[in-house]
Amino acid sequence: MRDVAIISFAQTKHQRAVSDINEVEMLMPILGEALDGAGVKKDRVDFVCSGSSDYLAGQPFSFVMSLDAFGPWPPISESHVDMDGAWAVYEAWVKMQAGKADIALVYAYGKSSPGDIRKVLSRQLDPYYLGPLWVDPVSLAALQARVGLEAGAFSAEQMAEVAAASRRNAKANPYAQLSGDAEVAALLSEPEFVAPLRKHDCPPISDGAAVVVLAADGAARELSEHPAWIRGFDHRIEPHALGSRDLTTSVSTKQAAAKAGVGDKPVDLAELHAPFTHQELILRDALGLSDGVSINPSGGALCANPMMTAGLIRMGEAANRVTNGEASRAVAHATSGPCLQQNLVCVLEGE
Amino acid sequence: MMGSERVAIVGTGQTKHQATNDGSIAGVVRQAAERALEDAQMSWADIDAVVIGKAPDFFEGVMMPELYLADALGAVGKPMFRVHTAGSVGGSTAIVAQDLVAAGIHERVLTVAFEKQSESEAMWALSVSMPFQPPMHAGAGGYFAPHIRSYIRRTGAPDHIGILVALKDRLNALKNPYAHLHEHEITFDSVKESMMLWDPIRYSETCPSSDGACALVITNEKGGDAAASDGRPPAWVKGTALRSEPTMFAGRDQVNPRGGQECAWDVYKQAGIAHPRDEIDCVEMYVPFSWFEPMWLENLHFAGVGEGWKMVESGATQLDGDLPVNMSGGVLSSNPIGASGMLRFAEAAMQVRGQAGEHQVDGVRTALGHAYGGGSQFFAMWIVGAEKP
Amino acid sequence: MSDIQLPERLEGVEPVRSIRTFASLTYQYTPGRAASRFLKEVERKRLVGQRCPVCKKVYVPPRGSCPTDGVATEEEVELGHTGTIVSFCVVNVPFMANLMEIPYVGALIQLDGSDIPIMHLIQEVPYDEVHMGMRVEAVWVPDGEISHTLESIKYFRPNGEPDAPYDSYKENA
Repeated sequence: MRDVAIISFAQTKHQRAVSDINEVEMLMPILGEALDGAGVKKDRVDFVCSGSSDYLAGQPFSFVMSLDAFGPWPPISESHVDMDGAWAVYEAWVKMQAGKADIALVYAYGKSSPGDIRKVLSRQLDPYYLGPLWVDPVSLAALQARVGLEAGAFSAEQMAEVAAASRRNAKANPYAQLSGDAEVAALLSEPEFVAPLRKHDCPPISDGAAVVVLAADGAARELSEHPAWIRGFDHRIEPHALGSRDLTTSVSTKQAAAKAGVGDKPVDLAELHAPFTHQELILRDALGLSDGVSINPSGGALCANPMMTAGLIRMGEAANRVTNGEASRAVAHATSGPCLQQNLVCVLEGE
Repeated sequence: MMGSERVAIVGTGQTKHQATNDGSIAGVVRQAAERALEDAQMSWADIDAVVIGKAPDFFEGVMMPELYLADALGAVGKPMFRVHTAGSVGGSTAIVAQDLVAAGIHERVLTVAFEKQSESEAMWALSVSMPFQPPMHAGAGGYFAPHIRSYIRRTGAPDHIGILVALKDRLNALKNPYAHLHEHEITFDSVKESMMLWDPIRYSETCPSSDGACALVITNEKGGDAAASDGRPPAWVKGTALRSEPTMFAGRDQVNPRGGQECAWDVYKQAGIAHPRDEIDCVEMYVPFSWFEPMWLENLHFAGVGEGWKMVESGATQLDGDLPVNMSGGVLSSNPIGASGMLRFAEAAMQVRGQAGEHQVDGVRTALGHAYGGGSQFFAMWIVGAEKP
Repeated sequence: MSDIQLPERLEGVEPVRSIRTFASLTYQYTPGRAASRFLKEVERKRLVGQRCPVCKKVYVPPRGSCPTDGVATEEEVELGHTGTIVSFCVVNVPFMANLMEIPYVGALIQLDGSDIPIMHLIQEVPYDEVHMGMRVEAVWVPDGEISHTLESIKYFRPNGEPDAPYDSYKENA
């Protein structure tokens, strides 16, 4: 395996609705910022990969025009995934492992504001059985939370604690959409939104984008004093039908974590893509993270959840903290699909 | 940069392409996958990872369908990856799968690409009206017809070139049981007299809308050697390349895009090819409108600039010519959009493996699979060969 | 799929071949800063492109970035309402709910002062007289109907000027 590291990260300030600029205008400044952060011009980038969704944009081939933000001329080696940008990092990492790129740039963007995100995400479901029912993702997550609460896997108090900690952490994150001090007792006294979930158990609806630059071997050492090395990387998927899964745990996260070697050495910090409070509890357990691990110091997806991007942001946030010495070994996680159907785990380490 | 593992294609599979496939989406992709596994003499359990590609999700009305298809494709508990790069997606999906093996991450990868255009109304899906963009007055044909006119203006190509390509591909399709169109009665005159849809493009010079899927089983050197010693020769990957350029910019050459030219040289260089016309035995290229064959012959350096149409006219690209193109009947005979690029890659591999049946070209050692997408701006190519690189 | 063995009670029963799910999603699109500025000018019956600070090319309609340089195009350049047909096609397919009488001509038109063609309709000329290099002018909808959309231009028509030489537009042909 080649040594590949995240050497630069940039993101937008995430907002409920970015209505004055389009996707190209949203991406351009942070593409420049990420390249500057890596100390390279775009002509040194060997491979570009992006993540976004046509359904979110409400337009087929929506990613095509967005590429103009990078300015792919002369022609570049480039690919796109209709997945979270964390998987675009995976594709870039594979390309680097195959010896086809030394420097790669990955971006992702998602504007949920143009459509009704709960209706849009219902189009992810099995088109024959579930799709026609228009079940929305909050209802599915509520179903998962109920199963977990009834099974005693976690409590409403623990869920509220996750919300409070996330908002508190986000106070130090200038890019977060939500932040602040909240008492657990006060949160628990709020009305239920989609029972048993309260509003604070659910992610905000966000528009945002993010970029990372990856470099391999010598290029990483040349360009970064403290590269965040990718030491383990895997992703796994579970059955689509919720009835086929144990919703109180995350089997695919466990599988990916084992493959990525999460448990091989102590972990200091984890950025988990948990859009719902109970999902953070499920993920902490699946990843075997002990109480001492700093969880979502950025505030996580509960404080800014740009679709197709929130997973990539976890990788960037974790990498930044390895680079600045806050952590020596960090886990970044991304998820896709209803109730944590698909999960990606990446282990990042300093020297 | 470091080298990589050798990669072999040991299984290919596809559905019978047709206007409406009665199977479910899962059924269609699974049928192609099962055929590829059977060809590779493997079972679902042998597969380490699944890579799936398709064009816009609006075609079937399912957002990120890999989530729903995880079960049908035996991906549960495995990595499943979804690619979307417009029309080139079938090719770029196969490249992601081959990279996973080349990088040594997996030993056996299943890759699948599909489209079920009948599930929604494709014209609708492609024509979501965007309020701030200039109005599109004529669909995909209307977009590409001016580029074809520019090609004709530049090269002085005569009108019948497009007809010759259409006739050749449709006759080739008669030898391919999986092809969507089987037009037994087709003649030069019937193509010539078909309706001029988007002048200079006639009805018979355009591709159909198809439901269909394609799948490949890709393995490392060990897997390729095992298949070979079992009397099932693999196709070895000798090079892969991707290129993208902007949809429109001042002075963009849409007839002979630089991205395609550079992608071709990149993949030839990896395969050690200096003279593609002499060293490549046959080509499956992405030709949705017949005039794209002469255009791509130049873009891929098989003919000099302005000479592509002469190569067509000479018969060089016929099944018995010195560089057969689209032996399977190509996109002009079957167009399940998301799968169309992978079908080019698969058919190239089938030729190298001597598996193409009635449309097999004798003695193929090296073949090119080519896909493009968007406004002639995304390119994906691979070279496969009978000999281990 | 034919390889599935049905239980006896389902044999001979007409299979379900299709279910229809009507999906309607409403989106509110964002034009962005560059396109907003352009469309505001269209409302005033002006065509204003934007110049890339790096390559100096003038883009119309602007989309936010120079597609080759990946930078914002800030400088505004007012363009003429006339241009040259760079290439075209004659459409014989009734497309969507298009109310056009077929055949009609869709053309790539390079507006004077810009470096990239736009796609628009050609009218007021027999379709078989349209050719590359033909000089054309914009015909706008009546003043009261002009709004912030390129459809405020009904179509283009020949303006009687002699053809532009091929060299003057071949970069985009």
